[in-house]
Amino acid sequence: MSSPIDFLLWVKGPAFDIALAVFVIGVVVRLLEIVLLWRKQDLAEPKGEEFGPGLRTVVTRMLPEAGSFKRSPFTVIGGYIWHIGFLICLLFFVPHIELLHSVLGIKWPGLSNHIVNAVAVVTMVTLVAMLIDRITHSVKRFLSGSEDYLVWLAAFLPIVTGYLAYHRVLVPYPLVLGIHILSIEFLMVLFPFTKLMHTFTFPLARWYNGAMAGRRGVQS
Amino acid sequence: MADSKTETKTLGESLRQQGVSRRGFLKFCTATASMMALPPTMVPAIAAALEKARRPSVIWLSFQECTGCTESLTRAHAPTIENLIFDHISLDYHHTLQAAAGEGAEAAREAAMHENHGKYLVVVDGSIPLKDPGFSTIAGISNLDMLKETVAGAAAVIAVGSCAAFGGLPHANPNPTGAVSVSEIIKDKPVVNVSGCPPIPTVITGVLAHFLTFGGLPELDDLGRPKVFYGQSIHDRCYRRPFYDKGLFAETFDDEGARKGWCLYRMGCKGPMTYNACATTKWNQGTSWPVESGHGCLGCSEPDFWDGGGFYNAISIPDGDIARNIGLGAVAGVAVGAAAGMLNRNARADAVARHETVTVDDLEKTS
Repeated sequence: MSSPIDFLLWVKGPAFDIALAVFVIGVVVRLLEIVLLWRKQDLAEPKGEEFGPGLRTVVTRMLPEAGSFKRSPFTVIGGYIWHIGFLICLLFFVPHIELLHSVLGIKWPGLSNHIVNAVAVVTMVTLVAMLIDRITHSVKRFLSGSEDYLVWLAAFLPIVTGYLAYHRVLVPYPLVLGIHILSIEFLMVLFPFTKLMHTFTFPLARWYNGAMAGRRGVQS
Repeated sequence: MADSKTETKTLGESLRQQGVSRRGFLKFCTATASMMALPPTMVPAIAAALEKARRPSVIWLSFQECTGCTESLTRAHAPTIENLIFDHISLDYHHTLQAAAGEGAEAAREAAMHENHGKYLVVVDGSIPLKDPGFSTIAGISNLDMLKETVAGAAAVIAVGSCAAFGGLPHANPNPTGAVSVSEIIKDKPVVNVSGCPPIPTVITGVLAHFLTFGGLPELDDLGRPKVFYGQSIHDRCYRRPFYDKGLFAETFDDEGARKGWCLYRMGCKGPMTYNACATTKWNQGTSWPVESGHGCLGCSEPDFWDGGGFYNAISIPDGDIARNIGLGAVAGVAVGAAAGMLNRNARADAVARHETVTVDDLEKTS
């Protein structure tokens, strides 16, 4: 590690390969464990369809339930803002599209850097506000464990380091770019072992809820 | 090669003899001051210092190199003031340019070292092989021995080109000769890295002008490069930068974006991570530079630029074969996941088998 370039090459080379291996193997193993274990067979006579209601629930639960929105609008709105902001930065910043293109073989138009920059700022501010809310709200603080704070950090670091890398501040660019990529590797390594897994498990859980309700002939 | 003993003319006299006008000389001094980010008030000081400067003795050592650096410095189409400055240093040893060879050449080097002890400059281009001294020798002397011996009495060392500055191409993976940079060997003398493959001629004359003017070396960055030339990245000074900010990119070398001069990031331009003066000083007497000619920056003034991923891969793309690694990871994940799934199912089946059903009668009996 004699120079920032050495650090960048290590982060883009062996470190990325390790993080990718942990991420892919971990996610596949955890999903297979869930799918293979599945649920005990329901011997009762079905009163309705499973597949349709299951699929519908995967979509309809994208919208907040009225009750929870009334009870904690900040959590719902903040959650939407930062999730969408994170995805915009991830999927529509041109350097990211280049990376995904090298993996998937497809590319799509990117957004202007000024727009991505603004979205990143909004996302960071929202994440910080949500952390403050989590710490100051007595119920949320009671419900939060160390994993919640770790996952918050893992989501926050890529955006803040990406913002610094884009603005080319603090340290030489190869170093700040390396730190940005390292923060994503941190996220990837934590992914299979934490609640970050919801990225992949949410359709399973929602589908199961909808299918179970459908089978019983009730609306989910 | 001029004899440093008989040469007593100052630089100013020498330039005038070459037909360089006072105006031309001052223009050079002004350009040098602005290039080195010095205030305009320094121009007369530079002019006065350069006017009076005696020719410094320079010993140029070429090790594992391609001569591209020397080509860069000597192949200007018309003589410029930079050339004249370069011609009027006393280049006492440069085995590519000098007429002498063998013993005579080495004698010139030794004479220059002896006569100018403690005052001469050593310019090095090329890396030094450490694995086997026989990989590169001059007059039977290994590069390592010649460097140590020559630098011992030098005022400073200028490592010209990325090979001398960082190891360069010979140092590229797997580095068969065990090539290292000058600064990995020389620890007790000031070393200036003038990196680039090749470096910009103006940058080396700028470093020499600084040495002549101030009698010392310019302020250096973390990689030992003069900050005045390597303080800003190609990306920050690139005239195509507005297209990067607007998200307008050329995607192939012949598409509409390429014709319109859009940003070359997607075609692997390393400008964002490269610190050099190409975007401002340009090449071939200000004619153009790589990005202006339609090709992305290769990052040649940075360490390990040969190993920094493909020249045509965007900086954001990791070096490994990601698609293959994801495939391998998925296969391994399926194998491990299937095994874990089977273990979980067995554990559940086992729990079910061991589960004892209890009736109300049983409960009443026990209670």
